[in-house]
Amino acid sequence: MSEETTTEEQRPLGVYTRPKGGNGWRDWVTTVDHKKIGILYGAAALFFFIIGGIEALLIRLQLATPNGTVLGADMYNQVFTMHGVTMIFLAAMPLAAAFANYLIPLQIGARDVAFPRLNAMSFWVFLAGGIFINLSWLLGGAPDGGWFGYAPNSGVVFSPSVGMDFYAIGLQITGIASLVSAINLTVTILNMRAPGMTLFKMPVLTWMLFVVQLLLVFAMPVIAVALFLLMFSRQFGANFFNTEMGADPLLWQHLFWIFGHPEVYILILPSFGIISEVIPTFSRKPIFGYEFMVFSGIAIGFMGWGVWAHHMFASGIGPLSVAAFSLSTMFIAVPTGVKILNWLATMWGGRIKFSAPMLFAIGVMSMFTIGGLSGVTHALSPADTQQTDTYYIVAHFHYVIFGGIIFGLFAGFFFWWPKVFGHMLDEKMGKINFWVMLIGFNMTFGPMHVLGLQGMSRRIDTYSPGFGFEAWNMVATIGAFVIALSVLIFLINVIVSAKRAKGQPPCGPDPWDARSLEWITPNPTPEHNFDEVPTVESLDEFWHRKWGTDEEGQIVRVATAEEVCQDGTATGVHLPSPSYWPLIFAIGLPFLGLGLIFNLWLTLPGAILIVTSLYAWIFEPVDDPDGPHGEHHADEKEVSEEASDV
Amino acid sequence: MSEETTTGLSHNKLAMWVFLGSECLLFGALISTYLLYRNKFYDGPAPGDIFDIPFTSVSSFVLLMSSLTMVLALSALQKGDIRNNRLWLLTTALLGAVFIGGQVYEFTTFIREGLGYTTSPFSSAFFTLTGFHGVHVSLGIVMLMSLLISSYRGKLTEKNTETVEIIGLYWHFVDVVWIIIFTVIYLVPNPTS
Amino acid sequence: MSTSETTTEDHEDHEHPSDQKYMQIALLLAVITAAEVATYFVHIGAALIPTLMVMMVVKFFIVAAWFMHLRFDSKMFTRFFVAGIVLAVSVYFIFLTVFEFWTKG
Repeated sequence: MSEETTTEEQRPLGVYTRPKGGNGWRDWVTTVDHKKIGILYGAAALFFFIIGGIEALLIRLQLATPNGTVLGADMYNQVFTMHGVTMIFLAAMPLAAAFANYLIPLQIGARDVAFPRLNAMSFWVFLAGGIFINLSWLLGGAPDGGWFGYAPNSGVVFSPSVGMDFYAIGLQITGIASLVSAINLTVTILNMRAPGMTLFKMPVLTWMLFVVQLLLVFAMPVIAVALFLLMFSRQFGANFFNTEMGADPLLWQHLFWIFGHPEVYILILPSFGIISEVIPTFSRKPIFGYEFMVFSGIAIGFMGWGVWAHHMFASGIGPLSVAAFSLSTMFIAVPTGVKILNWLATMWGGRIKFSAPMLFAIGVMSMFTIGGLSGVTHALSPADTQQTDTYYIVAHFHYVIFGGIIFGLFAGFFFWWPKVFGHMLDEKMGKINFWVMLIGFNMTFGPMHVLGLQGMSRRIDTYSPGFGFEAWNMVATIGAFVIALSVLIFLINVIVSAKRAKGQPPCGPDPWDARSLEWITPNPTPEHNFDEVPTVESLDEFWHRKWGTDEEGQIVRVATAEEVCQDGTATGVHLPSPSYWPLIFAIGLPFLGLGLIFNLWLTLPGAILIVTSLYAWIFEPVDDPDGPHGEHHADEKEVSEEASDV
Repeated sequence: MSEETTTGLSHNKLAMWVFLGSECLLFGALISTYLLYRNKFYDGPAPGDIFDIPFTSVSSFVLLMSSLTMVLALSALQKGDIRNNRLWLLTTALLGAVFIGGQVYEFTTFIREGLGYTTSPFSSAFFTLTGFHGVHVSLGIVMLMSLLISSYRGKLTEKNTETVEIIGLYWHFVDVVWIIIFTVIYLVPNPTS
Repeated sequence: MSTSETTTEDHEDHEHPSDQKYMQIALLLAVITAAEVATYFVHIGAALIPTLMVMMVVKFFIVAAWFMHLRFDSKMFTRFFVAGIVLAVSVYFIFLTVFEFWTKG
């Protein structure tokens, strides 16, 4: 940065100048590059994943034996609440956002997202929200009303600590991040596709992520309202859940699950998308029934809006409602079944290569199916009345969330690691990682089916001996530590592989014989993505550039990956400049939250940071010709005064 | 943004429409919450006792007409008529301010008559719904004033019609939401105590 | 969705209505509003709520179509807005139904 000698006068005159890039931490905090933001999302989410994992281990330690004393009842409530909140909102969603940010522009042939600064803002706001919620541990106790925050338990009467205030405001902050990011990526997918990339030539992953963004766009405002009602009830004494005055606490449950059920698909569809890329690559066949895949994803997204009350069969919503929601819930199993079938048919007759990503993908197919089947048993409301609030439910949703989502995300890590970092993760350790995780996962959550059917309630901090719960609880606790071991293996793999790759040349352009557009760029992806934006002719464009058919219809290689891949040496590509303001805006939000909880004066610095950063953002020059992007373009001086991208 | 997009639509305008689609669910939740609680007025005043329909009709009319002035502001800028653009932007902001003033007056009257924020589920839901709408209008006024300031600094020209159009979309949306609130909350016969 | 591929279909260069047209529309809106308010003073019995709803929807439609230019603009915008409205109306209709709002009010 320092060797730049250009003086201020030559730069566009704006009210504020923009930071220059370079290397080091300053580059990371001001970056607007979708790839760096994707990496930031991934790193922060993995950090929260580990925190949530430690909370899970504490829960399992407490429940390992009857009359456990590891955590008191109050602390247990906080830990299981934060385990859920952390895993859902701070680990699974942002990990999906990491893949969405990194891969969507690459898969559709774009150089960045539609609003690069908003993208940076989404990340920093998410991080601010995540840190804010976890601050509650230090500032008077963590949320203790469950991740679902049911009223009136979440009210001041039953939860007098500041924990649920942190919950209501913190999730509101991360909600802003999700909504902004969803709008951004929706516009990106619709508006920034490469020439020839019609909607039905987009890879399945991009399609699934597109459905997820639409679900976020429409579901986030619902949870926003629910959280506002909770916050106003706690902060200002509003009566939304005050039964003495005739209010109905079921209002919260409805609003929460109107959001919450689409949220389930927000969580799972990215994983479905990831394995829809992995399975064809390692089966060496195109995806079976691409259109069915896409339409079943859309159908899941659409039907996800009509099943929310199946979370409430035991809350007294009346037989008609129960019957209707029971029926709609059974129907939603159909498009999910279509997907499983299509993955199986993709593998059928393929030359399957059981690499680490493929193992994790098969893990999703098998484990998610188990979770799906137990899910169908809840759809039958008479059975659900028996199962609800027992460990059977805990078993079910961990089979879909861990078995479906986490396995899928790990498949994604192993598959796209070379794309992002330019070196492979160790394959052998990856396979060990998979098997350890699979065993630990089934040891932990398999026994919970039994425990639930035996009648063990969820959310209780301990149990008495003599109900036959002891053995299975001990197995589950041991299993949880086996899962922890598998995550540890992954982290060691990350470090060892990075060390090994140091000083070595990158892994080459196409380590997996992959299919979709992102692999046309070299590994790791250069800052400008594509040297030249490719013109797309088919689904699986990259594969079709490498392989063709001869006269007998046999598949033959027509080009090597080295010939097809761009070399990433283009210069003079115009890229958006970095900016400080997304970060500064994000820093303001926790102050607003702390002010609302502790002392209104604290909102003042928050408000100043937010207003200043917004106006600075708007009046920031749209671009900086001295910007950080390597060889620069003296000929691109069409710089307007105001940034047009909001 | 001048660059070509796949759909031919501008990023900013598309983003605003996606956002407005999202806002439908926000106001839908608030309106439904209100409807659920409109006759849960506990010991406090009921909606039928306290609403002043003639007064609210006037302020609703003012907000409705601000949509006209907003669209005239855009139309003036499209013709390059900076003077009328400023005039109509200012008028729109003023009409919005009159509406907000009316809301402040309405709220203080209600509080004087014994309907505070914590009086009943009805009162909480009413103030939250109309308050959210009021905040939306106020943000709109801030945006209009920002446009006006940048116009006086010579930066709002025919090239920026899209900015005005997008802020206009937001403004009309807020108006459209009030069309629903006015009918559903005020005009539909309300329970009395 | 596939129709969105047609790039420049009815985009940008459409004719915006004249200012006079806008004023006529505003006048129409004012008249409907007057009719709405009139129902407060003139009792029309059981037809009241349906009448109010129809007038509300008409006003909504007019503002969206003319002032928000949906009539002249890309279908994509309409799609997003309609998606939001339809989703909101159906979800919250079911929501209120589960609370037995329509029968017990």
